[in-house]
Amino acid sequence: MAEADIRAKRPLSPHLQIYKPIPTMVMSILHRVTGAAMYFGILLVAWWLVAAASGPAYYEFCHAILSSWPGMIVLFGFTWALMHHMLGGIRHLIWDTGHLFDKETSTKLAWATLIGSVGLTVLIWILAAAV
Amino acid sequence: MSMRTPLGKVLGLGSAREGTEHFWRQRVTAVANVPLTLFLVWLVVSLFGKSHQTILDTLSSPLIAIGLLLTMASMLYHMRLGMQTIIEDYIHAEGVKILLLMGNTFFTFAIGISAGFAILKLGFGG
Repeated sequence: MAEADIRAKRPLSPHLQIYKPIPTMVMSILHRVTGAAMYFGILLVAWWLVAAASGPAYYEFCHAILSSWPGMIVLFGFTWALMHHMLGGIRHLIWDTGHLFDKETSTKLAWATLIGSVGLTVLIWILAAAV
Repeated sequence: MSMRTPLGKVLGLGSAREGTEHFWRQRVTAVANVPLTLFLVWLVVSLFGKSHQTILDTLSSPLIAIGLLLTMASMLYHMRLGMQTIIEDYIHAEGVKILLLMGNTFFTFAIGISAGFAILKLGFGG
């Protein structure tokens, strides 16, 4: 009994929730979250393609769902996830070359990733509305 | 003194016998995904809400169909590697982990074959 208790209550190393969020940490988490979200989001792309290949009627049905308000909100989120993951990925590719690692620069890059992803997302939707 | 055999050192595959292959393929597909993402966004923005006939006409262009096939292949390979890392990071029960890793492969192949078939069908005239 006593032994089992000791095993059950032994201290664990601290995890995410005890740290104060900092930009590089938040972007790192968002990189994984956006990647995981798009893992399932790509289902929509595949569905859209299969719908188009299935004929006009099913394509119209698919488009009606994607262009509904909930559909558009999901697609807007998908666009942002894609842009954020792309910019975050470019950041990682730069780091792979050994550059831009120091504290101030990496924090600026983290902010640039966030601001850039929001900016590109808005730009894409303005273009989509204009086309 | 190193206990590694000369052959082991030359192969450089480490205890998992995979070396840096996962890392490298992740990076290769990441680089490919940057232009392919921009292509996909451009294509979806210009096609979204258009008639079924317009989709057929656009995808009957070999360049568009080939671009879409490359995009799906590279993205699906990349996301399979990424999800593998997520599973290996968070799932510690061996049985569940193996099932999820298999599921990861099934999921990406199912999507890839579905999207690939759809693209080819549209590319060959719907």
